[in-house]
Amino acid sequence: MNAPLNTPLNISRRTFIKAGALVVGGLVIAFSIPHAKRFLMPGSAADTTADAAKDAAKLPTPNAYLRIGTDNTITVMLAHSEMGQGIWTTLPMLIAEELDADWSKIKVEHASAAPEYIHTAYGIQITGGSSTTWSEFDRYRQAGALTRALLISAAAEKLGVSADSLKTENGFVISGDNKISYGDLAEAAAKLETPKAITLKEPKDWKIIGKATKRLDGPEKINGTAIFGQDIQFDGLMTAMVARSPVFGGTVKSFDATAAKQIKGVRQVVQVPTGVAVIADNYWAAKKGREALKVDWDLGENASLDSKALLAEYKKMAATTGLIAAKAGDNKTAMAKAEKFVEAEYALPYLAHSPMEPLNCSVKIEKDGCEIWTGTQMQGTDQTAAAKILGLKPEQVKIHTLFLGGGFGRRANPAADFVSEAVQVAKAAGVPVKTVWSREDDVKGGYYRPMFVHKAKIALDANGMPSAWEHVAVGQSIMLGTPFEAFQIKDGIDTTSVEGTADSPYLKNIPNYQISLHTAKTKVPVLWWRSVGHSHTAFVMESLIDELAHTAKKDPLEYRRALLKGHPRHLAALNLAAEKADWDKPLPKGVFRGIAVHESFGSFVAQIAEVSVNEGEVKVHRMVSAIDCGLAVNPDSLTAQIESSISFGLGAAMQSEITFKDGMVEQSNFNDYQVMRMGNMPKVEVYIVQSTEKMGGVGEPGLPPVAPAVTNAIFAATGKRIRTLPIGNQLA
Amino acid sequence: MITLNINGKEQQLDVPDDMPILWALRDVAHLTGTKFGCGMAQCGACTVHLDGQAIRSCITPISAAAGKKITTIEEMQNDKIGQAVQAAWSEIDVVQCGYCQSGQIMSATALLATNTKPTDADIDAAMSGNICRCGTYPRIRAAIHNAASKLA
Repeated sequence: MNAPLNTPLNISRRTFIKAGALVVGGLVIAFSIPHAKRFLMPGSAADTTADAAKDAAKLPTPNAYLRIGTDNTITVMLAHSEMGQGIWTTLPMLIAEELDADWSKIKVEHASAAPEYIHTAYGIQITGGSSTTWSEFDRYRQAGALTRALLISAAAEKLGVSADSLKTENGFVISGDNKISYGDLAEAAAKLETPKAITLKEPKDWKIIGKATKRLDGPEKINGTAIFGQDIQFDGLMTAMVARSPVFGGTVKSFDATAAKQIKGVRQVVQVPTGVAVIADNYWAAKKGREALKVDWDLGENASLDSKALLAEYKKMAATTGLIAAKAGDNKTAMAKAEKFVEAEYALPYLAHSPMEPLNCSVKIEKDGCEIWTGTQMQGTDQTAAAKILGLKPEQVKIHTLFLGGGFGRRANPAADFVSEAVQVAKAAGVPVKTVWSREDDVKGGYYRPMFVHKAKIALDANGMPSAWEHVAVGQSIMLGTPFEAFQIKDGIDTTSVEGTADSPYLKNIPNYQISLHTAKTKVPVLWWRSVGHSHTAFVMESLIDELAHTAKKDPLEYRRALLKGHPRHLAALNLAAEKADWDKPLPKGVFRGIAVHESFGSFVAQIAEVSVNEGEVKVHRMVSAIDCGLAVNPDSLTAQIESSISFGLGAAMQSEITFKDGMVEQSNFNDYQVMRMGNMPKVEVYIVQSTEKMGGVGEPGLPPVAPAVTNAIFAATGKRIRTLPIGNQLA
Repeated sequence: MITLNINGKEQQLDVPDDMPILWALRDVAHLTGTKFGCGMAQCGACTVHLDGQAIRSCITPISAAAGKKITTIEEMQNDKIGQAVQAAWSEIDVVQCGYCQSGQIMSATALLATNTKPTDADIDAAMSGNICRCGTYPRIRAAIHNAASKLA
């Protein structure tokens, strides 16, 4: 959303909307809005309006579709995947607003994998980076506005009146006392030439955008009819489970399928690159078959992987300076002059995403093509990977995206891991197969949020404010070895490893600082986990700021206010949360507050936690959140995402960790990989800063400040500083 | 062959005795509203009613259902309490990804069948076996209170 909201859009021929593709009984608008062919995070240095516009002019592509049926239904095709975040509703709101559509006639479909659906900023088809709403804000509104213009032209022709005399409302074009439904105009509109320019509504005229709107996928998700990847069934579709190496990188030496094949319902046992697949009539037979299967593994080079030893190694590395990610002034001289310091070491564990729906992917291979049914956040990448395995062209692989039973980043895999494996299984089996992961497969299966160690030494001046900041981080790179390496790794530094530290607003008001990074070469598969690098950096930065405030004997809120001068959006979120939480008023006896604020994905979120600690047991009673994300297109959906981020972030901070011993993951299921449950969920209040600033995301930015708000409250309650997550029983 | 009563209808299924009810429902009876989440009664996504009681169908063998009534999410629209729960879920717009919600609704319905006015502590006790990774917990709590008040 770089252009002002009401700028008339002059659309050149080459970037132009193609209309007129007629499908049975309706109008298809293919519209083309330029995209930048790069992978970027919003707010990153290269993400400037000028750059985007320059690339845009060069790279026109038709981008997305909207269909009006003669029965007046309006079907919106989503270029992004619905995984709980609510874009099944938010993107149609954008189209419906400009189209003056009848909201009750809106239907929604996931789009296929195709160049038309490439992300407007990231250059690949992806749902991630909390980017869907802001990245589609113009494209989907323009689709609605262009369609409306065509319908008006069709009506004008039909009625023999001027287009200027017509208006639109609730799915009709209106001329005086006459009205014609969109469905009745669709076929005629499809034959018209598209307008050369459109004017979008001014915000004051919005009827839908900015209004709390109920989810369109609500009804089917409460009556059991919503179809997730796991729910795909058709004649001939078999179920497979794959026995994978218990150690990452291990390979099959040999296997004995005799006992497995004796299980009723087991049809085949085949070797695939990731292990040995048992193919059966149903899940239960596949599971029993896999249990009966004997595999002799070559465990490979990671057989002695041990997370305790790894942590010790990381801590050793943190004692030396790494590659410089950000630097100003002269730390050495400033440190030599200082008298007061805060020195601290922080550690955060590997974390599994564990979405509620275990990974699964159904594949049907035919002579000249392949169909795939799955819940994925990266259709294009999966399509390319499948095509390569099968020797097909990407367009011969059809991806059907079903509802995702949660994603949190796990279903956006640059290596297309679970899709590639399912394609290999179907290829080896020669029949259509749904490859299903058990929960144990998910917890032990890798692609974790990387473990990180941060070490900091901060000098305080006579006023208790930081005068020099030395900071070293150690952890694996998420981007290394992926197609995004070229865009996200600069001078050896993965920007996602230092987002939230190297670009911290606090540093801007500190004369001397140095942030450096050691990228660990550990062979654990890692991936973006809800809020990516911010999931560890915010915890460290907001804890350190709290340590400084307490060392300086200052109020943590006031201390932040002083350090965030010149950062109005941080301050707006901070101040709104503080006001709503009654920061200055006393709490009931035994309850203490902690505060944190952090920017990520273009949005600014403050969290205030109210916590009590009794006999070592932490109870979070209430979380008060404030967010400035610019315009809130669907405020209730935004509120839901903050509630969600608190649950996800707090559950992880309290209890979750993946550890290794003898090369193997020690956790297996929700009994030992603990996550948030009803009884531990605090009361949540969400407040939205009324903002006309640039739009940011909402799916992730609520999460980063959750853990530090809670541990800062624990410090207020007990005087104990939690520097290692999860909190677990550290207070016992 | 085992004869089962699923959502009020007698059905014969050719499945081994040890097959969990979950997989008989999903893979054999093709009722996919009941979800697989963990396979060891840790997450509650597979919750159904057996003679009105909430059970985890992923660990309950089909043999345990002989002579009893299995009720699934697909039947809740015909259940007075189920209707109230679903209406509350809709009013409060509880769902996000939605995958756990069949199980949440089945647990909530079973709770309200025996406790017409659950306290927050009652809800914690009855619902803590149902994980929601999207964190719809505050809304589930509000929806259960809402349904209870509508049923009163």
